[in-house]
Amino acid sequence: MTSTDLLGVRHHGPGSARAVRDELARLRPDIVLIEGPPEADALVALAADPDLRPPVALLAHVPGEPGRAAYWPFAEFSPEWQAIRYAAEAGVPARFCDLPAAHGLAAPREDEPGDEEDLDRDPLGELAYAAGYDDPERWWEDVVEHRGDTPFRVIAEAMAAVRDGHVPSEREARREAHMRRTVRRAAKEGFGRIAVVCGAWHVPALALPVPARADDALLRGLPKVKVEVTWVPWTYGRLGSWSGYGAGVASPGWYDHLFTSPDRPVERWLTAAAGVLREEGLPVSSAHVIEAVRLAQSLAALRGRPLAGLGEVTEAARAVLCEGDDLPVELIQRRMVVGERLGRVPDSTPMVPLQRDLRDQQRRLRLKPTALERELDLDLRKPLDLERSKLLHRLILLGVGWGTPRDSRGKGTFRESWTLIWGPENDLLLIEAGVYGTTVEAAASARVREHAGDAPSAGTPANGEAAPLDVLTTLVEKCLLADLPDALPHVLSVLSARAALDTDVTRLMAALPAVARAQRYGDVRGTSTAGLASIAEAMLTRVCVGLPATISGIGDEAAAGLLTHIDGVNSAVVLLGDANAAAAGGGSPAPRDRWLAALRLIADRSDLHGLIDGRLTRILFDAGTVDADQVAVRLSRAMSPGNPPARTASWVEGFLPGDGLLLVHDARLLALVDDWLTALTLDQFTGVLPLLRRTFGAFAPPERRSIGERVRARGGDAAAAPTAEVDGGRAAAAVQTVRRILQAAAAAQTAGAREGTSGGR
Amino acid sequence: MTNVLRPHAEDQYAEELAILAKDDDRPRPPGWRLSPWAVTTYVLGDGARITPKYIGPRRIIEVAVATLATDRALLLLGVPGTAKTWLSEHLAAAISGDSTLLVQGTAGTAEEAIRYGWNYARLLAEGPSREALTPSPVMRAMSTGAIARVEELTRMPSDVQDALITVLSEKTLPIPELNQEVQAVPGFNVIATANDRDRGVNELSSALRRRFNTVVLPVPAGAEEEVEIVSRRVAQLSAALRLPETATGLEEIRRVVTVFRELRSGMTEDGRTKIKSPSGTLSTAEAISVLTNGVALAAHFGDGVLRAADVAAGITGAVVQDPVSDRVVWREYLETVVRERDGWRDFYRACRDEH
Repeated sequence: MTSTDLLGVRHHGPGSARAVRDELARLRPDIVLIEGPPEADALVALAADPDLRPPVALLAHVPGEPGRAAYWPFAEFSPEWQAIRYAAEAGVPARFCDLPAAHGLAAPREDEPGDEEDLDRDPLGELAYAAGYDDPERWWEDVVEHRGDTPFRVIAEAMAAVRDGHVPSEREARREAHMRRTVRRAAKEGFGRIAVVCGAWHVPALALPVPARADDALLRGLPKVKVEVTWVPWTYGRLGSWSGYGAGVASPGWYDHLFTSPDRPVERWLTAAAGVLREEGLPVSSAHVIEAVRLAQSLAALRGRPLAGLGEVTEAARAVLCEGDDLPVELIQRRMVVGERLGRVPDSTPMVPLQRDLRDQQRRLRLKPTALERELDLDLRKPLDLERSKLLHRLILLGVGWGTPRDSRGKGTFRESWTLIWGPENDLLLIEAGVYGTTVEAAASARVREHAGDAPSAGTPANGEAAPLDVLTTLVEKCLLADLPDALPHVLSVLSARAALDTDVTRLMAALPAVARAQRYGDVRGTSTAGLASIAEAMLTRVCVGLPATISGIGDEAAAGLLTHIDGVNSAVVLLGDANAAAAGGGSPAPRDRWLAALRLIADRSDLHGLIDGRLTRILFDAGTVDADQVAVRLSRAMSPGNPPARTASWVEGFLPGDGLLLVHDARLLALVDDWLTALTLDQFTGVLPLLRRTFGAFAPPERRSIGERVRARGGDAAAAPTAEVDGGRAAAAVQTVRRILQAAAAAQTAGAREGTSGGR
Repeated sequence: MTNVLRPHAEDQYAEELAILAKDDDRPRPPGWRLSPWAVTTYVLGDGARITPKYIGPRRIIEVAVATLATDRALLLLGVPGTAKTWLSEHLAAAISGDSTLLVQGTAGTAEEAIRYGWNYARLLAEGPSREALTPSPVMRAMSTGAIARVEELTRMPSDVQDALITVLSEKTLPIPELNQEVQAVPGFNVIATANDRDRGVNELSSALRRRFNTVVLPVPAGAEEEVEIVSRRVAQLSAALRLPETATGLEEIRRVVTVFRELRSGMTEDGRTKIKSPSGTLSTAEAISVLTNGVALAAHFGDGVLRAADVAAGITGAVVQDPVSDRVVWREYLETVVRERDGWRDFYRACRDEH
């Protein structure tokens, strides 16, 4: 004769967990059936491994299809976990009896609206709220546990009443059909005492005498996919977010406490809270704790509850331990009520090789994943830190967001700062990334290669379209940071092919600085950047060739845009020059020289936009390619009356970008500008005034002042040169008023002085 | 009703207290007139026969009452105008039926106010005896088992504050002159109030602090809640002052509350505009007094309807505490926020005319 006991539980309910543990010890079943995916039956044995430490989750995923995965999280205080532990310790088989994940994951989730509603239900919680409890666990303790009798009969009765008249959804009906079928099979296999641990909600359905045929009919022909199941570490913070079981947990730390503390939970909790506050240097005495316990109890009595729950305990901590201050209350909330904790899985857990590789590397580099956020400063001159940095960069390329770089505090390119936080979803991401390779490095390389796309062949465009130029150059930078020598050549070849075919010089110019920077990084990190230099050279050559064609006939906006690119390339070329001088030390002309030569050619053209013409002159002047005399010639040419004033002014703007120091220190330049200004007619001056203001307004005030002083030093006539005739008749009245004010002021002053002296006598 | 300007809470609400006492079958702590549950109901109201005295989070009242039930002293903290005194008076009235055992904390409060003084005529005539002793409110509360109230605890000098330590921890008050002591009878407790803003005046010693459970009274959470508080109190005050019936438009109350909330938080209610905050606290209590004042104006000098002009003077006075800087703040608020607001034209004009 087979006996079947149905243990209806509250998912993640410590009260249920304790009851399940005791009930199983009493029943001594020879098989335990647990709500969960049957694919995980083989993994149950791992629970005996002491290295499998909750919170952990069963992860079922469809290989190769990221996003189709489901989790069944377990905490120490989950009844399901206690059932698993019992089976492991007693040496009896444990099986999962829910609908296989193969079916559940076969249908895309969005096809079943309204389904989550059923899963999310917490019927015991609802009963507790109806009875006026805000903490279902305290209700369980009050109402269910203190009944003396086995609580599960009470639960079954209550659920039968709650479910009365409920028509299960199709999915729910199937799940329950599968649970019944699993029970039946176990009985057929000859197990005599079967214990089923499932959500309380399902108990009445499992007790129904449904014929096997009806269930088989319901379960026939369900869609199916291939799924893989494994254990992954989980966090308390994510216990609430579900895929498998419903019932979120807002206060996992409190539940853990309820489950693990043998007795007097309120006293122990408040003592622990006092400990947390003391650690932060807040003076909390035992007297405080005593009073807090008393307040919690009397508050519970006032609210008509036999036992204090989390609500009362929190209020007591606030009023007594924290003296009404909210900040320490938050501290308790964060540290204790939520109590961020990360589970562990043993090495023998089925893992994709990528996970295993990461685990090895974490161990080797002494980087333990934690659920609490922490900061890490790396000094790239140390080999260990360099390895760590590479690992984190590789993971970013794989989309695993364990570390996020943040602004470094220290100076120098050898420092890197990271914020590390390990979320359970990272395991899923790793599993998804497993298709790319078996080690982090290989996978990251493959991912980068995929990202870069195929080099576009000259004829037909390839299937894998190459990424845009700027994306490619950023990829190059990332490759160097992550030290992926296998991926770099590919990206570089795609890059050079792309650059060769790219007809837009501005895009090339925009990409060049990143390449130049990448070379520099390479130096710091000791990576070889040989390929990079040649690509940069080729890109520069194309820029030099293409620039003359791009530069003519452009409007104001395009000119301003091009100007930033020219500046960018100009500073990048300096980097390239350095690198090449160190590497080659001769041969072909240095990149900088070629760039300047190209600019020189362009600068002689007459159809340039004023802004660009001005800037080119300045660049060439700064580089010493063009001497001061030539600049003077260019300046006077640009400013000659033959040009429209607007062009002249924009020339000045391009020539004097942002700083007036050149004008301060170069007297000849100043003279040129000054002469040009004073020679303007009134109409012309009014026309260029706004543009002049724009240029000179950008100078720092001290610069403006010293320019003014220089101008005055050149001779009063230039400085004071009036540009308009004064109309004596119209000014007369004003002059008179000013004179009167001055006289009055002078009189007052003399009077005051006299008074002062007489007082002194 | 007795003919006094402001009856004590236990007199004014005697009827409600009687109703509660009659129906109250829950256990009462020794010395209490009502059970803790009934005290909570008295303060928060039950929606029918019992009017709410305090409108705010339920948990605050529950913690306060539970504290008093554990014979721990209660410290009510909060910025001015958050109903600390109001709440302490009603708690005392409900628990011991007597809210008059009051020590007002000032810079000049002497130790006698907490302990005892002497009737010097008798002292000289008869020598030291219990008859020559003048008990303080705290001492009387101890001997009768009632709640003593200490207002503005942090304004008292520290040495006077510390006189409370023995009272609170030993529950006795020694009289060394007579070699006697007064021992507290069950039901005795202390409710103290202190101002958050004055925290620095005479900071409580940690020895005293730890004998109190602290409850921080918040400013009203939402505009609706504050309008409710203000309109209820204005109606009560108008009735107590026997003001002629006026049509107290909820609209006017809402406007005053909105102005106060916006200036207090430095931001308009819709969160779109930043504004400067004046130097005053602009508490709910001040909003109530502005409106009561307005009601009086409307009743005696107006047409019996509360209008913008009636509150304008009061609101300007409440906001402009510092004649220079606050005036600028107020002016700016009027011009940038009030003027543009739909349906506030009359309010804007009335306030502008006040200048």
